[in-house]
Amino acid sequence: MTRIHVTDASGASHVVEAPNGESLMSALLNAGIDGILADCGGGCACATCHCYIEGDGMDRVGEANSLENLMLDSAAAERRDNSRLSCQIDVTEALEGLKVTVAENA
Amino acid sequence: MENAPETNADQNPEEFYRSPTTTPEADPWALPLEDIDLATGAIFQAQKHHEYFKRLRQENPVHYHDKNPEIGPYWSLTRYEDIMAVDTDFERFSSEPSIALFDELLGEERAPMFIAMDPPRHDEQRGAVLPAVGPVRLKDLDQLIRKRTVEVLDELPTGTPFNWVEKVSIELTTRMLATLFDFPFEERRKLTFWSEIITTPPILMGLTIEDRLNHLGECLQTFTALFKERQFEGNESQDFISLLANNPATADLEGVELLGNLMLLIVGGNDTTRNSMSAGVLFMHENPAEFQKIKDDQSLIPSAVAEIIRYQTPLSYMRRTAKEDVEIRGKQIKKGDKIAMWYASGNRDESFFPDADKFIIDRPNVRRHMAFGFGIHRCMGNRVAEAQLRIVWEEILKRFERLEVVAEPERVEHSFVHGIKALQVIAHPKGNKP
Ligand code: HEM
Ligand code: FES
Repeated sequence: MTRIHVTDASGASHVVEAPNGESLMSALLNAGIDGILADCGGGCACATCHCYIEGDGMDRVGEANSLENLMLDSAAAERRDNSRLSCQIDVTEALEGLKVTVAENA
Repeated sequence: MENAPETNADQNPEEFYRSPTTTPEADPWALPLEDIDLATGAIFQAQKHHEYFKRLRQENPVHYHDKNPEIGPYWSLTRYEDIMAVDTDFERFSSEPSIALFDELLGEERAPMFIAMDPPRHDEQRGAVLPAVGPVRLKDLDQLIRKRTVEVLDELPTGTPFNWVEKVSIELTTRMLATLFDFPFEERRKLTFWSEIITTPPILMGLTIEDRLNHLGECLQTFTALFKERQFEGNESQDFISLLANNPATADLEGVELLGNLMLLIVGGNDTTRNSMSAGVLFMHENPAEFQKIKDDQSLIPSAVAEIIRYQTPLSYMRRTAKEDVEIRGKQIKKGDKIAMWYASGNRDESFFPDADKFIIDRPNVRRHMAFGFGIHRCMGNRVAEAQLRIVWEEILKRFERLEVVAEPERVEHSFVHGIKALQVIAHPKGNKP
């Protein structure tokens, strides 16, 4: 388990115990985090699992591939430098203490 | 025409294989399980498919049938959870060579299209056309779609019956497609015609195989000309053709390779959106209390649209092919086996949707319906389809007290496309009430 600090779409804070090896999206969805819709079930095909990765997190979560980049352009909420699709991030110990803010997904 | 895909849809309709056991008259609960052939258009036409699915979900959720000579052996998944698991696992379940049980429903084996490709080719080609339905573009489209919807609804006869499918569903869907392609608007009915040519055996349209190839040839020619015209540096247009023409992944497509993706984009959004538009009118007619809910509160329209799509499920299934031996619920599926993921069944799975057989426009988890699929092939056009359907209901509510269905709907005999051919409707205009 890896602890993730989450600010949900309505601004509330949570600490989510995320199972290693799963996607960050599944962990957030299973924790019932407000704003994670994940319409496509993790296929990088809907952009409704969009999050902002806070602090130094971007160095830890790896790079977005080209399709994710395109999907981020078509996300409902503003794309920022720290935008990622949470279904494309695998939870590992290296993410302990990661801080993420859920975008206004629609 | 050298480059047109050949087709296997050249049989005489009299000679179509029809299951001798799975018929509209058969009792879905009494047939031996192994005699159930879900790929039987007639049970969908007769709306008997729901009972078959209900039985299989209960008794045999991973079902095997090997008596259909046209398809060969295939598995059927009927539970929400199992369909979801396979749809999101492209590594073990391939979309190649075809996403229909009949290998070449759309001719995809010879005219390659990205819905029937695995990564990385799928990702490159999907990526190329994605901006056509991106959020910026959607905002512009919203206004255009509304304008065109208003034009169509304002011309409808009131007080006398007309075919809603022809006058509204086909017309609006065609206009929407013409907009996405930036296709010459006056010639838009060509798109509808080509879509029909692609999905219908020629004989059912009174055509020979040669006629069909000629029409597909004309389709390719027309699009190739537009493709060339729009292929230039600095073209920022976001229509499908400009995007395909100017993206490095697709700019060199020609002949059947180009035709394949055009066919996907023409067909993908056509019957699906059209049939949702027709089915919605039928469902609201049959469920006046649900219709009353959107009259009372228009903010429920998006949820109602999702419920219409769930309840109709315009594409009954997508097929995958196992890339390795896998076990699902104790059944041994072998590498190379065909698997149908029956969205039509998952969408009525009682363990996921309480009262699944009821049409309830404000059900809490309606957004999680399966009609758009999941995973990397999740429908690319769902936002456009939803926008078109939302707008049509908003504009209907402004004009009509109700839409009365005055005859039994005529349905399509098809196990893949779940559709309505004709729906006779009388539009009752609003009184002088505001
Ligand atoms: C209510 C309307 C619609 C329904 C029910 C629908 C349904 C589907 C389904 C079930 C899939 C396959 C998902 C999978 O394999 O997991 C799909 C894929 C696709 N749809 Fe739709 N669709 C609709 C409207 C549209 C529209 C309007 C367009 C385009 C303008 C469109 C374009 C596509 C494309 C391009 C794909 C292939 C995506 C890929 O392989 O990556 N669809 N659709
Ligand atoms: S869940 Fe759809 S893109 Fe992440």
